[in-house]
Amino acid sequence: MYSAFASASLAAVLATPARHSLVRLHGVDIAVIAIYFAIVIYIGIYLKRASNTSEEFFMAGREMTAWIAGLSFVSANLGSLELMGWAGSAYQYGILATHWYWIGAIPAMLFLGIIMMPFYYISKTHSVPGYLHLRYGDGTRGLSAICFAVMTVLMSGINMYAMAVVMKVVLGWDLNFSIWVSSITVAVYVALGGLRSAIFNEVLQFLLIWLGALLIPVLGLIEAGGWTSLKAQISQRMGSEYIHLWSTTAHFRDNPMGIHWTGIVFGLGLVISFGYWTTDFLVVQRVLSAHSLRAARMSPIIGAGFKMMVPFIVILPGLLALSVLPFHLVPANVAAVTGQPSYNEVLPLMMVRYLGPGLLGLGVTALIAGFMSGMAGNVSAFATVWTYDIYGAFMNRKASDSHYVAMGRWCTFIGVLISVGTAYIVQHAASIMDYVQALFSFFIAPLFGTVILGMLWKRATKAGGFWGLLSGTGTAIGLWIWVYRDPSALRYVALSVDARAMAADMYRALWSWLVCVFVTIVVSYTTRPRPVAELEGLVYGATKIPEEHDDHWYQKPIVWAGVIAVVFVALNIIFW
Amino acid sequence: MRESLSIWFFSGILLLAYGLLIAGTGIWEFFGHPPAPAPVLYQLHPDIWWGGLMTALGLFYTVKFRPR
Repeated sequence: MYSAFASASLAAVLATPARHSLVRLHGVDIAVIAIYFAIVIYIGIYLKRASNTSEEFFMAGREMTAWIAGLSFVSANLGSLELMGWAGSAYQYGILATHWYWIGAIPAMLFLGIIMMPFYYISKTHSVPGYLHLRYGDGTRGLSAICFAVMTVLMSGINMYAMAVVMKVVLGWDLNFSIWVSSITVAVYVALGGLRSAIFNEVLQFLLIWLGALLIPVLGLIEAGGWTSLKAQISQRMGSEYIHLWSTTAHFRDNPMGIHWTGIVFGLGLVISFGYWTTDFLVVQRVLSAHSLRAARMSPIIGAGFKMMVPFIVILPGLLALSVLPFHLVPANVAAVTGQPSYNEVLPLMMVRYLGPGLLGLGVTALIAGFMSGMAGNVSAFATVWTYDIYGAFMNRKASDSHYVAMGRWCTFIGVLISVGTAYIVQHAASIMDYVQALFSFFIAPLFGTVILGMLWKRATKAGGFWGLLSGTGTAIGLWIWVYRDPSALRYVALSVDARAMAADMYRALWSWLVCVFVTIVVSYTTRPRPVAELEGLVYGATKIPEEHDDHWYQKPIVWAGVIAVVFVALNIIFW
Repeated sequence: MRESLSIWFFSGILLLAYGLLIAGTGIWEFFGHPPAPAPVLYQLHPDIWWGGLMTALGLFYTVKFRPR
């Protein structure tokens, strides 16, 4: 799914001017793309026979291994817009863009696996709003479910439109063709095979992205003369601030992103990252499909290991482009006027530079697969939340299991249709995209406050959870409107006159989370708590975590989380 | 009826098909049909060794996870 992580990049991708196509496909490339579509559809048809009950359709039967759930978990976030957007950001801002993959993901993923997963898993909830129902009651569940369902299906439409634009720019394909072919394919394989089908395709997509993109950094490093030579060339052309992760973040004006380390650590690393990776149901749903508590805990840890490697195929191509491309890329708004290639075209440009017939088809298929699995993720999460947390919770509580499965299948089609409608609306009113993205980001940070207090603090009450979530979301909306109407207000939100747009997202998330936590605590202390006995399986201190009987020390999730944490710290020091 | 084909079997089939196609294209180009314009570092023939690697991996996964 495309998230608030790359909101700036999405806007830029969609602003890319439509002119000649960047890539000319050969017959073998078309064959590579056609094979992918055939396998995707076949998987959907094949898995329909294993998706007859609601547990099978919405939760993949809770039968996934740690590896499949883990790859699906990280793949659900590895959309093509994110790949293209962050490769462009690496060209624009240098290695600083890596923060979104390392501190902006790894600690949160490990925290989900070690601390939070037992509560999600033991409570046997079907969704994050479902956990909120168990912990805080129907009010908080309804608020989060409605916000999530609406935003998810709208984001799917924006993703769909963005894919169509990228296909037009890169391949010269017609917008309508891309929208309808991708949406019908996604609708068919998700409606038939449910979450299991979506997960299978996400694993395939993960393989395709690595196979299609890995050659670019390998060949790029050969051409640039190795990493040391590349660093020297970038330092000479752009300045040394492009190749350091932390040493230039002591002040906003010292780095190309206009950002301060406090914003990166607390805004991105603590609030936005933890909010997205631990409470966004789109990714959490993948982990809930694991076959055991141990597998559920290992999934995000395995995902974190792979996430840590993604900069090699995303950030490095952007940095290599600074060295090897014989021309300069420009911001999308400049490109729209001058016709020059924009930052966001860096990944397709590098593909064209190194990949011949066949390999180019593989690269394009990786982009298409990334888009489609992003849409499938949105639609399957929408169908689950709608069926369990809105329809089943407030409209029809006593329907049969088969009725809910049928509702899930219909929801998938309806969700895709709404997404198609959104795609066409965005085509004619691009400003809607900004509002939808902003709305999505408003909700995630305070939701993390509500969920984490619910899991770790027995005293948090039903009223505290509801009013905390509402006030945190209101704070995010208020701050966004303030800066939108008066851009100079950013100096107050980000606490510096030198802050730039990237910093606004981080500090807005931080403030909205703090307000949510503060209000939840204050209201909880003024209202009556639930008896501890009712909190069993939901809250730390009131729950006995089942003991895991691993045969060997190296099978323990905490051991692998420790290994990932050590590598994470080492990488940050190496690229300091 | 539960599904009996593993995701790793599907992955193997896909890798095998792509590997054969890409390596085959690379070999065709190697024997006198180079692409025009040739990509940078074409002389390293990445399609042959990358396609070959995919074929080997695909074959391994297809055989190991084939339905029994």
